[in-house]
Amino acid sequence: MKHVAVIDYGMGNLHSVAKALEHVGRGIKVSITADPAILRAADRLVFPGVGAMRDCMGEIKRLCIDEILREQVKLKPVLAICVGMQALMQSSDENGGVACIGLFAGKVQRFADCLQDASGQALKVPHMGWNRVRQSRPHDMWKGIADNDRFYFVHSYFAVPDAPADMVGSADYPAPFCAAMSRKNIFAVQFHPEKSQRNGLLLLENFLSWDGQS
Amino acid sequence: MSLAKRIIPCLDCDNGRVVKGVKFLDIRDAGDPVEISKRYCDQGADEITFLDITASSNERSTTIHTVEAIASQVFIPLTVGGGIRKLQDIRNMLNAGADKVGINTSAVLNPEFVREAAERFGSQCIVVAIDAKCVSKPGAEKRWEIFTHGGRNPTGLDAIVWAKKMVSYGAGEILLTSMDRDGTKHGFDLELNLAISEAVSVPVIASGGVGNLQDLVDGIVIGKADAVLAASIFHFGQYTIPQAKQYMREHGVEVR
Repeated sequence: MKHVAVIDYGMGNLHSVAKALEHVGRGIKVSITADPAILRAADRLVFPGVGAMRDCMGEIKRLCIDEILREQVKLKPVLAICVGMQALMQSSDENGGVACIGLFAGKVQRFADCLQDASGQALKVPHMGWNRVRQSRPHDMWKGIADNDRFYFVHSYFAVPDAPADMVGSADYPAPFCAAMSRKNIFAVQFHPEKSQRNGLLLLENFLSWDGQS
Repeated sequence: MSLAKRIIPCLDCDNGRVVKGVKFLDIRDAGDPVEISKRYCDQGADEITFLDITASSNERSTTIHTVEAIASQVFIPLTVGGGIRKLQDIRNMLNAGADKVGINTSAVLNPEFVREAAERFGSQCIVVAIDAKCVSKPGAEKRWEIFTHGGRNPTGLDAIVWAKKMVSYGAGEILLTSMDRDGTKHGFDLELNLAISEAVSVPVIASGGVGNLQDLVDGIVIGKADAVLAASIFHFGQYTIPQAKQYMREHGVEVR
């Protein structure tokens, strides 16, 4: 039986992502845990996250999630979501600057204040709602999902990976930002697949059959 | 721009049943919120708002079960409002599968609650619901005041000042209901919407008064709302979500 572990470091709603995984992966086992033994035993890991980066990194370090991730990304597919994706960068500008896990070179920055769209209408922060995701390059995780189709976002900060090759998807608000990145066993998304109806469920389904390393 | 404007059907629930006039079902047994949420989700609703109007707090466990049931079948964002008074209430709703909670009266009684909630759970899940009523004399400069308890209790708080304060305390979104328009089907209070939307940096959901599809367009184009919330036009089967989206698309509003 396939076993997916959702990494629980006490930040926010893990019920949604666990339910969505159970919905698409009939018969799979989904654990919500911070137990290193279970995380090591699972076939794949989901690394979610909501809330403020300083609190998230505090808990990630206290529970040694950063060390487990550094070791496990060499062994199995990992899907990082929202603040989970941001935590993979080297640092975040949030809360006056926070050192992050550093599996990807680059940092996390905030949308500027007073953004406007092409018609001059003010753009609100957080960036909240359904936006189009451009697939920067083909990837197994995009299977069955149309290019430029919509996913649900809610965030004020976004990852800026140094290596252009790491980016696999982008969205516009109003300038393009990194909506998805991947290297080897890691696939990371800024949007919430567990809240993105059909497209999100497809992405989660793809994750359950993705062998990583692509 | 490619961020879509959102359509949010709202379910008013009493003791686990949808109560706000669902035409096709017996009034005593107004509808199963799980079934109705699933139908709206399948039709392309962008989010669901679940408003708990259960009077008795010892029936709150029913609400938690209902939220759990909706969240295991509906994979779009779910906001739960009504009776959110303590941090533990928020924790319970998030654990049950809600993505955001709506805070209304408790914010007025204790604004610090909003700050604590945003610090604890993140602004992204804190929606402050504002019920506002116009209190200025005809011809005078428009002024709206915050009311609580379904519009019965005036607070003396100016709606624009209050909305800005709630955002500075960490509200991630404002759900703005016009008490003058709620239930009238005369359209949103567009002046109120525009005033609040231009005053705050976070998204604003327009609510109260939708009678037809042009009202939805006006809320976004004239009222500058980021999302529109409606109950009866969808519950009564007057319009479907795809009809609403098609109409909005034809009138220049970007929708999913």
